[in-house]
Amino acid sequence: MTQRRSYQVGTGLFILLGFTTLAYLATQTTSIANFSQGPSYMLKAHFTNIGQLKLRAPVKLAGVRIGSVESIALDPDRLDAIVQMSIDKHYGNIPEDSSASIFTSGLLGDQYVGIQAGGSSDMFKDGGEFILTQPSMQLEDLIGKFLVSGSPAQKPADASNNASQDKPATNPPANDNKP
Amino acid sequence: MNQIRKPPSMIGDALAQIGACGLFLVQIVAAIPKSLRHVVETIRQIWFVGAMSLVIIMTCGLFVGMVLGLQLYYVLSIFGGTAALGTVVSLSLYRELGPVVAALLFAGRAGTSITAEIGLMRATDQLAAMEMMAVDPIAYVAAPRFLAGLVAMPLLACAFNAMGIFGAHLVGVNWLGLDNGTFWSNMTSGVDVWKDVMNGVWKSIAFGGVVALIAVFQGYTTAPTSEGVAYATTRTVVFSSIVVLALDFVMTAFLM
Repeated sequence: MTQRRSYQVGTGLFILLGFTTLAYLATQTTSIANFSQGPSYMLKAHFTNIGQLKLRAPVKLAGVRIGSVESIALDPDRLDAIVQMSIDKHYGNIPEDSSASIFTSGLLGDQYVGIQAGGSSDMFKDGGEFILTQPSMQLEDLIGKFLVSGSPAQKPADASNNASQDKPATNPPANDNKP
Repeated sequence: MNQIRKPPSMIGDALAQIGACGLFLVQIVAAIPKSLRHVVETIRQIWFVGAMSLVIIMTCGLFVGMVLGLQLYYVLSIFGGTAALGTVVSLSLYRELGPVVAALLFAGRAGTSITAEIGLMRATDQLAAMEMMAVDPIAYVAAPRFLAGLVAMPLLACAFNAMGIFGAHLVGVNWLGLDNGTFWSNMTSGVDVWKDVMNGVWKSIAFGGVVALIAVFQGYTTAPTSEGVAYATTRTVVFSSIVVLALDFVMTAFLM
């Protein structure tokens, strides 16, 4: 009987250990770990382009995570994106003239909403809306602008006609101009 | 008498084996309610195939994690992305290596012993004796071992994953000097519970069932000789490795 008891206890320990490990891995090494479920309030912002912003993306102020993106939808009247953010109640004093922008962490990392605090003494209330917003910066647009602005003299030809064929021929002058 | 009648065809034999294995699974599932009366036997089997495999699974998990840490650090450093080490290691462990390597080890450690045990029961007519005593050997011998595989395998895979991540942390952070916070925070932002962790759990449940089924079936249908038991043990390892890897591909394609 003691023999039987001991392996039953051992099996119980084994199963307990297994489920504890699963629970630990599932909560501590996954995205649940950054998912705070405290009391929060909602803010919204209109963006002309949200880029690759995803649901539950972080909302940061001065680089500190203060909330997450709750929903992303298209505003049918203004034809731009409306982003709802839930902000932790701890951070209740965000000035009303703050601006919201969409940034990329690192060169190719995930996108997040960054908030630059304003100077107003009026604070956001639940359901408040950012007046000043800045859309996501598109890498393709940046490269396009850089290529076009690189050589002002050849601009019309570069931009419209022979963009694809004469690349090797038109690029060296652009490089020469820079330094 | 039957054996000398005509040479068996390979394809027909293989089909017959697969068919018999499938029917055996049906018999086991049908016998599960009856086997719940012998729940103590199931617990004993979980102890035997699960808890006793814990040490080898955890040791191997540690080394697999350490190797992954080293190799991926080298590969990622080519692209200047060593910060992603935690994410890459944990994703490859959760989604692929944890369930598969743990299942292969499980086949080698627990599957063989199940086959040898049941095969010896067959060879010494213990199974026939049980039937004589109106004890259903499928409910008393086969089903508890099958259930034990089903329960133990996901837990073992979790232990493997945990040790693997610990090993990668050991190599990446303590040895190669990666930042501790980067390692964990990239991991927590890159790994999803349902898509990644549970994906591996479903896989390991399936692998546990498959390995235990093959082991029990091979033992149950072994030729009642010492040579037959030896063959059956070998076949358990070979078949379960092949089936685990093939099933892994299929499940990965469906769970993607």
